[in-house]
Amino acid sequence: MLQEAVDTRIVKAGAQTETTRKKTSETVTTVLLHVLLIIGAIVMVVPFLWMMVTSLETTAQAFSIPPSFIPNPFKWGNYPESFNALPFNLAYMNSAIVSVSVTFFQLITCSMAAYAFARIQFPGREIIFFAFLATLMIPFQLTIIPIFLTMKQLGLLDTLLSLILPPALFSAFGVFLLRQFILGLPIELEEAAIMDGANRWTIFWQIIIPLLRAPLAALGIFTFIGQWNDFFRPLIMLNTPSNFTVPLMLSQFRGQYATQWTLVMAGSVIAIFPLLIVYVLAQRHIIKGIAMTGLKA
Amino acid sequence: MDYQVQALDAPQTLTTQGNRRDRKHKDAFWGYIFLLPQLLGLLVFSLIPLISVFYLSMADWDGLGPITFVGLQNFIDQLKNDDLHTALLNTLYYTLISVPGGLIFALLIALGLNNVRGKTVYRVLYFMPFITGSVAVGVIWSFLLNTDFGLLNSILRSLFHTNGVGWLTDARLVIPSIAIVGIWQGLGFNMIIFLAGLQGIPVSYSEAARIDGANRLQLFWNVTLPMLTPTIFFTTVISILSSFQVFDLTFILTGGGPGKDSYTMVYHIYHLGFETATFGPASAAAVILFVILLVMTAIQFRLQRQWVNYDV
Repeated sequence: MLQEAVDTRIVKAGAQTETTRKKTSETVTTVLLHVLLIIGAIVMVVPFLWMMVTSLETTAQAFSIPPSFIPNPFKWGNYPESFNALPFNLAYMNSAIVSVSVTFFQLITCSMAAYAFARIQFPGREIIFFAFLATLMIPFQLTIIPIFLTMKQLGLLDTLLSLILPPALFSAFGVFLLRQFILGLPIELEEAAIMDGANRWTIFWQIIIPLLRAPLAALGIFTFIGQWNDFFRPLIMLNTPSNFTVPLMLSQFRGQYATQWTLVMAGSVIAIFPLLIVYVLAQRHIIKGIAMTGLKA
Repeated sequence: MDYQVQALDAPQTLTTQGNRRDRKHKDAFWGYIFLLPQLLGLLVFSLIPLISVFYLSMADWDGLGPITFVGLQNFIDQLKNDDLHTALLNTLYYTLISVPGGLIFALLIALGLNNVRGKTVYRVLYFMPFITGSVAVGVIWSFLLNTDFGLLNSILRSLFHTNGVGWLTDARLVIPSIAIVGIWQGLGFNMIIFLAGLQGIPVSYSEAARIDGANRLQLFWNVTLPMLTPTIFFTTVISILSSFQVFDLTFILTGGGPGKDSYTMVYHIYHLGFETATFGPASAAAVILFVILLVMTAIQFRLQRQWVNYDV
């Protein structure tokens, strides 16, 4: 009896040290994991911090060895100087016009086409849908030369329309993504609406669009960020600095002030700060949206 | 995943009121109305350009004068062209570094982040470069990697008293340097895709393995990794496609230099088409790039049967 009690106690004690050992080893792994993740985070963040530090320094400080990590004094003057060197305010306007209108029209045209493919029977539907799917395979470099030449013929080169029209009117990916979501919606609501005598147009705007809120937000975020950061198409389509988008203006600015790094870094901050603020504020939605569209890409 | 299954199902169609013939006409009418904008876009910005680029690739045109048909001459010229060879090799070199590097780092980070406190903060920071856009990323890194004034060389100098490393000016280092910037920028995207993949693995699987006495490494090797193969396949295909289309970073960081040491395929197309207005050769180069991408993607899809596990 006594022996038994002692035995169980020993066993219990053994089990306890076992769990404590397990616990400490787990704590060690967790700490180690955080150390690695923090090192990684530093690698991701330091370039941004360095950009900001340099943008506030004098040239002498920026080039000092060893590098100075805190500007002394803070030279805020770099900002107005780079902002006034090139029309960054116009670039913002242009980028906003392009990104907003592409996103807006793409969401509408894509959801309309998606609805047709998902719910309406019409001759040629399968073959047209197949054409959309097939174009998903085409890299944009393949069609960009003819698109450029078309814009040239239409006299649209060096206008924002040359950037807006193609993605506003055509996104096979957007059509495909939204069609998948509409296929997943219950059809009963629409049937009830038809019983009440609603036509397709009403059904689309009153029933389908509200139900598509999540995928539309995801696609919208994806499209907006892609348009805002696009460089290749503005580079080939635009000529006049007052028509430039933000990335193109930054590239131009870099070219003109190549050796004045403090100004170039101030220009970079000016170029990316608004988007980063929006990102930090809405990071949950943005990351979710990109994960959602990225996975279906 | 479930959406892919639904894609195979025939779409449910809705019938409107009225007699059958009337209804059919009505449906067709509405179908085309809804489709009209995108159908126009498909024609003008995809199908017609697609036909045009194949036609242009067999023609000689500067965008102004008459178009002369030259048959396959552009292709013959391009395939013999030294610039194209350089561009292809550089692009391949870039891909060989940036794709495996990017995917391995992204996977490790996703595994580390999967069940950790402060996940949101880490995720925001790791994803930041992806939001930033490649021009700003290129500008920032062109300063960091600058031979004389860059932060990286300043640190190396202070620590080891070395001479500056020519990250972007040394012919042997320039592609690896650009690839590192590419990895840095793309990490966040692959990370969230991997995180989504990890979230999709049923907890019961890892629990069962743990009850059977599997340790962390066994768990990763025998459960997590096989379950993640569809995600790995997806990110590999996407990463290879996008690294073959690298342009912004090389344009900003080096302008294709030093010499032509970071001149890539898309740079080549850009140079032929938009710097020298030789649209025929540019189109031929674009078609060559398209064929390469098509073949590579087809090979990957063929090979996936051997290693991708779809039994979820």
